[in-house]
Amino acid sequence: MITLNHYLILSALLFAIGTAGVFLRRNLITMLLSIEIMLNAVNLTFVAVGRYLGTVDGQIITFFVMTVAAAEAAVGLALVIALFRHRETLSPDAFTALKW
Amino acid sequence: MLILIPLLPFIGFVVNAFLGKRLPKSISGGLACAAIVGSFAVALAAVWSVVSSHHAMEQTAFTWITSGELSIPFAFRLDNLSSLMILVITGIGSLIHIYSTGYMHDEPDSEYARYFSYLNLFAAFMLVLVLGASFPVMFVGWEGVGLCSYLLIGFWFKKKSASDAGKKAFVVNRVGDFGFILAMLIIFVTFGTLDIQAVAAAAHSTYTPETAGIGVITAATLLLFLGATGKSAQIPLYVWLPDAMEGPTPVSALIHAATMVTAGVYLIGRCAVLFSLAPITLAVVAAIGTATALMAGTIGLVQNDIKRVLAYSTVSQLGYMFLAMGVGAYAAGIFHLYTHAFFKALLFLGSGAVIHALAGEQDLRNMGGLKKHLPITYWTFLIGALAIAGIPPLAGFFSKDEILWRTYSTEWPAFHLLLYGVGILTAFLTATYMFRLVFMAFHGERRHEAPPAHPEEEEPVAHAAAAHAASAHVAPSTKHGTQHAAPSTQHAHGAHIHDAPPAMAFALIVLAMGSVLAGFIGVPHAIGGNNWIETFLEPAFLAPGAVHEAAEAVHAGASVELMLMGLSVGLAAAGIGLASYFWLRNPAASAAWAQRFSGIHRLLLNKYYVDELYDAAIVQPIKGISTGGLWKGVDAGGIDFAVNGVGLGVRGSSSLLRRLQTGSIRVYAASLFAGAVVVLGYYLWR
Repeated sequence: MITLNHYLILSALLFAIGTAGVFLRRNLITMLLSIEIMLNAVNLTFVAVGRYLGTVDGQIITFFVMTVAAAEAAVGLALVIALFRHRETLSPDAFTALKW
Repeated sequence: MLILIPLLPFIGFVVNAFLGKRLPKSISGGLACAAIVGSFAVALAAVWSVVSSHHAMEQTAFTWITSGELSIPFAFRLDNLSSLMILVITGIGSLIHIYSTGYMHDEPDSEYARYFSYLNLFAAFMLVLVLGASFPVMFVGWEGVGLCSYLLIGFWFKKKSASDAGKKAFVVNRVGDFGFILAMLIIFVTFGTLDIQAVAAAAHSTYTPETAGIGVITAATLLLFLGATGKSAQIPLYVWLPDAMEGPTPVSALIHAATMVTAGVYLIGRCAVLFSLAPITLAVVAAIGTATALMAGTIGLVQNDIKRVLAYSTVSQLGYMFLAMGVGAYAAGIFHLYTHAFFKALLFLGSGAVIHALAGEQDLRNMGGLKKHLPITYWTFLIGALAIAGIPPLAGFFSKDEILWRTYSTEWPAFHLLLYGVGILTAFLTATYMFRLVFMAFHGERRHEAPPAHPEEEEPVAHAAAAHAASAHVAPSTKHGTQHAAPSTQHAHGAHIHDAPPAMAFALIVLAMGSVLAGFIGVPHAIGGNNWIETFLEPAFLAPGAVHEAAEAVHAGASVELMLMGLSVGLAAAGIGLASYFWLRNPAASAAWAQRFSGIHRLLLNKYYVDELYDAAIVQPIKGISTGGLWKGVDAGGIDFAVNGVGLGVRGSSSLLRRLQTGSIRVYAASLFAGAVVVLGYYLWR
């Protein structure tokens, strides 16, 4: 029997993997992909909790998140391309000009 | 009608101040003269109606201040006392305006218009002062004439000593004005009104000299007297008047001899009811007046600048007037004010004619023998000198003798005989220093033009005076460079010394006639006169409705009065004789005496070191406190420190905080994550 806890543990693992990716990888595209994993972990939680409560709210919110994620991915990738053209690198540590 | 009297000169001021730059001299000068002469004509008509109807004339121009119980209309009142004053101001003022058209003729057009606009403004304010029916209106005039005095002393403001003298006059006068303001506040709190006549009536009905004691009346009158010492150059605030001689000479004649400096005397006369209720104040007034008269008279004996001798003479004569006020002889004081206006204006204008003829030379030691070159100036000046010395039957004799006689015959204050003794000694000194001036300037031979051999030995060490003396000696022909720019070169060597031009000669002659005749309105009873002026003025010194007590007791000792008259005339003649011995027949003797009493001579030449004393006791401490305490302590150390400190604090803390903005996106993400963990952790494990 697969209970709600299984889903929650899975989504927590996915979220942790995504977070670790954002912090540890040195490539902007990989970081974007990690953010997508985090978003999908959250989506999984929404769907699971919606099913558990017997409502469709979780599924509706998931569609919203997917829409926003698509838009975010488009903007993010466009920025990454622009940055790459500028500096010929994808390391986030190369883009620290905006500081004191 | 009354409002026209100050309004006409004010219009003259407005026109000359705004359009004067574009007007030629004949129009700007003519307009100024027309304004003051018109004012004189209106004043004559107004005085005539007051004298013939025996009623004071009043006019309210507009309501000035209304606030709760306080209501001050801008009102004028013309009574017997102010009648005499406005005639002196507009009459002598007119003559001096006319004289000025000649004296200032070498100025450029715009300066000429500026000069006349100030002169007209002065006349307007002075008329407001004497016509004001309440203390605040009077105070407007009081401050206004102070302003004009400052502007006119510093008229040649490019000369440092002139602008310094203007500032000195203004600052010293502020001390007195502060007394005037405090006195006004006390009077308002006590009587609930500021109208002079209402105050006099209230004081008269509330107090008598016995019940008044030492209280608000004494305090108010002492403060008023402080105001008077500032404006009228008495101890301790007389120091500005000798320096005021930096202004153009007609200004010295109008403001610093005939009119403005007598405002303090007028103030006491105006508030005579209050002063009569305060015996202590009267004693102070008499003592200060006498001390000033003697002190200034002694200084006048040794000064070498022709205008400074006259300035100290003015201070001394003002002391006489205060002596008269102090012994309760208000009419005698005002009478002396009136005669003094004639002969002192005459003397100043005469000295102006000398300075004009010599292209700015003011040092007596470089004059001499001017009698044959300047006959009109000489004869008119001689009349003025005889009048001030108290030779009968000229104007000064009657007024000065009246003061001395009233001092002698008043049993109060207890030291009246001492006051009389000093007064008559001063009369002797007056004759001596005036004729020293006459003999040094007009008789003998023209002396050297070069500075004396040892100027540093003989000249005062005071910085202002030293600077003045230096400019007088080193560059006699450029002293008034702006004034006599063109003619100075041809006149400097005395080749073509010319007498006063017609406008100046006219004023001199009219004033000389006035100096001869002015005294006849106050011929004392003892020699068969009826002392009309005293009868005329007396009602102004009493509270409204008070009965005039016949002063018969005063006239009892006619034979004593005659004897005293003889004494003072004899002393005046002795003074003239002494002067002629030292400075006419035997000039070497005066130098020898100066050597023998070099200590005293030096003391007098340095004016008792009063300027130095004030500098050390007041000016330097104030400068020290201002520099060390207020500037560097409060301002720089307190206010600036606080303002700059806030800026420095923000900058310092932000220089630490801005390190957080690294620009690294991973650091931002990490801090975001850490924050989320902390917040969630708090809610989960609390």
